[in-house]
Amino acid sequence: MLLKDIIEKLNLKVYNEVNMDSDVKSAYSSDLLSDVMGNAKSGQVWITMQTHKNVASIAALKDVPAVIIVRNGVPDDDMLEFAKDNDVAVLSSSEPTFPLCGKLYELIK
Amino acid sequence: MHYTFDIEKGNFTNAGNASGSVKKTLKQLNVDPSSIKRIVVALYEAEINAVAHAYGGKIDIDIDGDKIVMVVADQGPGIPNIELAMTEGYSTASQKVREMGFGAGMGLPNMKKNTDKLDIQTELGVGTTITMTVFLKN
Ligand SMILES: Nc1ncnc2c1ncn2[C@@H]1O[C@H](COP(=O)(O)OP(=O)(O)OP(=O)(O)O)[C@@H](O)[C@H]1O
Ligand SMILES: [Mg+2]
Repeated sequence: MLLKDIIEKLNLKVYNEVNMDSDVKSAYSSDLLSDVMGNAKSGQVWITMQTHKNVASIAALKDVPAVIIVRNGVPDDDMLEFAKDNDVAVLSSSEPTFPLCGKLYELIK
Repeated sequence: MHYTFDIEKGNFTNAGNASGSVKKTLKQLNVDPSSIKRIVVALYEAEINAVAHAYGGKIDIDIDGDKIVMVVADQGPGIPNIELAMTEGYSTASQKVREMGFGAGMGLPNMKKNTDKLDIQTELGVGTTITMTVFLKN
């Protein structure tokens, strides 16, 4: 499913609007950065509660098109700036990780 | 080709910058994407460790036709027990570092998995030098 359709269906807040037409087939959910570094695959959307700059930097290194921050987390200014410079979409959801993952799974499984 | 990067002491915000530059360079050199992915994971983990567990240092990278050699040398406490440090899940990361999501004890295992050769030289109270080699498929 296209990222822009996921945003609409899951009612996500958009902090950085890029990669809207990227076709999302899978996601990775983790708050441990080395876990994401080692195990996330390029093209996956990353669901996390972390909001600091290293998140955007890892997303860019891993070719992750979008980060979804859970529970209305707000990205730090330098995270957002880095994401803008490196074409990573930054989104947030009002939901905690479990229901968000469940809904996203239903959409793209 | 030879590249050098500094790793600033205590600067988490910029940790990862060298890995980003290397990724761009490798793309320009048309290195195959699967090798780039492995190189980036290994280098990022080494770069972060030099900030999280030591006081910064430097990265030297040599790329020739069929391999990339990355040397990450830090000034720091050294690693008392390398075998223990290599164990997945083992971490001495500070509370502050853990709150940021580091400290899973997966960095060194990630380096091992994503390189063809990993060599660790360490001296207590002086620093650690990590040498990682990845053979490129062209
Ligand atoms: N450059 C270094 N200098 C001193 N100690 C180190 C260095 N690199 C690793 N260590 C030691 O080895 C341990 C394991 O390192 P590793 O990278 O696997 O995990 P981590 O950095 O603690 O957590 P993660 O990488 O998952 O965020 C560290 O917690 C630290 O005690
Ligand atoms: Mg580490």
